Amino acid sequence: MITIQELNEIKQKTLENMKLRLQEDSGKGLHGKHVLICGGPGCHSSNAEGIKKAFKEKIKEKGLDKEIKVSLAGCFGLCETGPNVEIYPDGIFYAHIKIEDIDEIVENHLCKGKIVERLLYEGSLKDGKIKQVSEVDFYNKQKKIALRNCGIIDYESIDEYIALDGYQALAKVVMEMTQQEVIDIVKASNLRGRGGAGFPTGRKWETAYEYKANKKYVICNADEGDPGAFMDRSILEGDPHSVLEAMAIAGYAIGSDQGYIYVRAEYPIAVRRLQIAIAQAKEKGLLGKNIFGTDFSFDIELRLGAGAFVCGEGTALMESIEGRRGMPRTKIYRTAHRGLWQKPTIINNVETFANVPAIIQNGVEWFKNIGTEDSPGTKVFALGGKIKNTGLIEVPMGVTLREIIFDIGGGIPNGKKFKAVQTGGPSGGCIPEEHLDTPVDFGSLGRLGSIMGSGGMIVLDEDDCMVDIARFFLDFTVEESCGKCVPCREGTKRMLEILERITKGEGTPEDIDRLESLAETITNGSLCGLGQTAANPVTSTLKYFRDEYEAHVYEKRCPAGSCQSLLEFFITEDCIGCTKCARNCPVSCISGKVKERHVIDTEKCIKCGTCMEVCPTGAVIKK
Amino acid sequence: MEFEFDWEANEEKVKELKIFMEENKRKKGALIAVLHEAQDLFGYLPIEIQKMISEELKVPLSEIYGVATFYSHFSLIPKGEYKIGVCLGTACYVKGAQEILDKVEKTLGITVGQTTPDRKFSISATRCLGACGLAPVLMINGDVYGRLKPGDVEEILNKYR
Repeated sequence: MITIQELNEIKQKTLENMKLRLQEDSGKGLHGKHVLICGGPGCHSSNAEGIKKAFKEKIKEKGLDKEIKVSLAGCFGLCETGPNVEIYPDGIFYAHIKIEDIDEIVENHLCKGKIVERLLYEGSLKDGKIKQVSEVDFYNKQKKIALRNCGIIDYESIDEYIALDGYQALAKVVMEMTQQEVIDIVKASNLRGRGGAGFPTGRKWETAYEYKANKKYVICNADEGDPGAFMDRSILEGDPHSVLEAMAIAGYAIGSDQGYIYVRAEYPIAVRRLQIAIAQAKEKGLLGKNIFGTDFSFDIELRLGAGAFVCGEGTALMESIEGRRGMPRTKIYRTAHRGLWQKPTIINNVETFANVPAIIQNGVEWFKNIGTEDSPGTKVFALGGKIKNTGLIEVPMGVTLREIIFDIGGGIPNGKKFKAVQTGGPSGGCIPEEHLDTPVDFGSLGRLGSIMGSGGMIVLDEDDCMVDIARFFLDFTVEESCGKCVPCREGTKRMLEILERITKGEGTPEDIDRLESLAETITNGSLCGLGQTAANPVTSTLKYFRDEYEAHVYEKRCPAGSCQSLLEFFITEDCIGCTKCARNCPVSCISGKVKERHVIDTEKCIKCGTCMEVCPTGAVIKK
Repeated sequence: MEFEFDWEANEEKVKELKIFMEENKRKKGALIAVLHEAQDLFGYLPIEIQKMISEELKVPLSEIYGVATFYSHFSLIPKGEYKIGVCLGTACYVKGAQEILDKVEKTLGITVGQTTPDRKFSISATRCLGACGLAPVLMINGDVYGRLKPGDVEEILNKYR
């Protein structure tokens, strides 16, 4: 069992070792350097471990391993430029680092104090001046609450979490506050569920608290299934203790002694880091019996998902924990009354939990000053698709889509034109250019026919066909529909068939009406959120991009030039007559003499694209 | 494809699974954890093993089959020695993941969900791997290859042949 004094001792002792990173100079000057390597999902996949090893070896070779520390941290957010390396206390941000570059950084920067400009993140060089990482455009508009420790602390060190005030909120709650007081704070903060629906967290907790039962459960929903969203993964991998601490706080508030984290099996690194974190917390007595010497006991168990998107739905997830097919329950009872094993259960998303300790620590006023009145606080977004700075960001609610996509995200690469942003994954919709100045919160995106969802944002440019995007999401929903209710199981399948017809150029005008009628039935007639929102990708694209549907149906043309069956291949004047295309064409539909421009017989062409691949001058284009 | 389960060759693993079941069978909702363990040990869920789990956990075989087929992580046929997962998350899709998948299928002569007859490769289309910054992405037994073009596929597969 740990006492608050012991917790503070760990904090002070560890903080001493973290000064370089935190750039905290207590007057004595900072000695030495700290090399921090991003160990987030993207950088981890591009050999962050290898880079760490190489740094260590080189530094040791130079005999500097006493003064220079090397460690991995959670996601820095700027996945596009990974693998990323930061050097402290200088605050220098190096991007796209390869093993070969390490010698140069060690020789010049670490030994001689000479910054290697060639390897700097391009955004940190402005007007010939080198900016610190905190000042670059990508970071200076962000506000980090849920990701507060990601990219700073060593994710496998509970001491470093404690050093940055970790477990102080839990201590305060169990030793100084009543259950009702905790709930009142969460309620007053108006923290809304970050998993997508935006339900007020405090109300959820209060309902479970007021219901009398001999056993209650706290569940963390870490079944992050939205394709294109990876914020929960980053929190679990970069700062797992923030989730554990918050779950214990929730347990105290509602009177539960058992928590479950339901995490995707597709995230093996997150699973491993959670296992380590849980073991550390138990060893220190921050989980387990009589926490901080009080009567409060709380334990957390991991449960692995097995690849079913619908298990992100609360009751389906509970079915899955109980060892059954993850099919949503009929909502006769609230889960706060009868949830897991028919006992009162609260279920919150990873990001929601990650906010809780910060709210307890800093107070309701602080939290409500960030964001909007309707949705206080921040939201983490995963930027992906046709955007320059792919990565993970956290911004106050109420910033506009334009700020997110153009100021932080850096806009669209390759000089292409922005077309739409898809938010909320398979349950969300596409938002066009004219609404880019909408401030982002739960309400505003809903009014545009999309949803905030878990925070995936996929940017689409002029080359993306909106009908095909709708088809892509329906394909996903059809695969993931659990099959329980007819409108979802049959309806989404019929919608997909219609969309496939349209993208193949076989659609009829009635098909558009059929899509609209099916959308209404599925939305109104499905039991769970998956079905109720399944039509959103179609209705939102029909709302804003109806002309694209009509072009496919009436003119048999794909305006974006993306639907393969509607394209025609064409050889331009750039053709040098090398005959390579004609020789490689599987149906011999290209004719032309040597050194003369070739022609494609579009009647015979099967649109395989081989000619385009082999053409040495890029003369074959799709129209 | 029919795959016969070899009890003798898998004796050790069967023993391991039995121990795992013994340790966990009193835990509520243990079935999925047991299936995970079995899949990790054997690479798939042979019907013979499902029957054994049914007897040990006292869960009807129909229910086990129901669970095993509901979740895409569980497979009823053996996977290849090299498991290729092509990410078809949204970020990868808009950056051309479908073309990558087509190329992998064409190169190996099998489609998604299948295993090559020599049991060397199997292909699956995975949901988001959370490496959207590297889109499009494919993963072979934990090795991630990112920012791919269809032309890169052949060379990557050759490393494992």
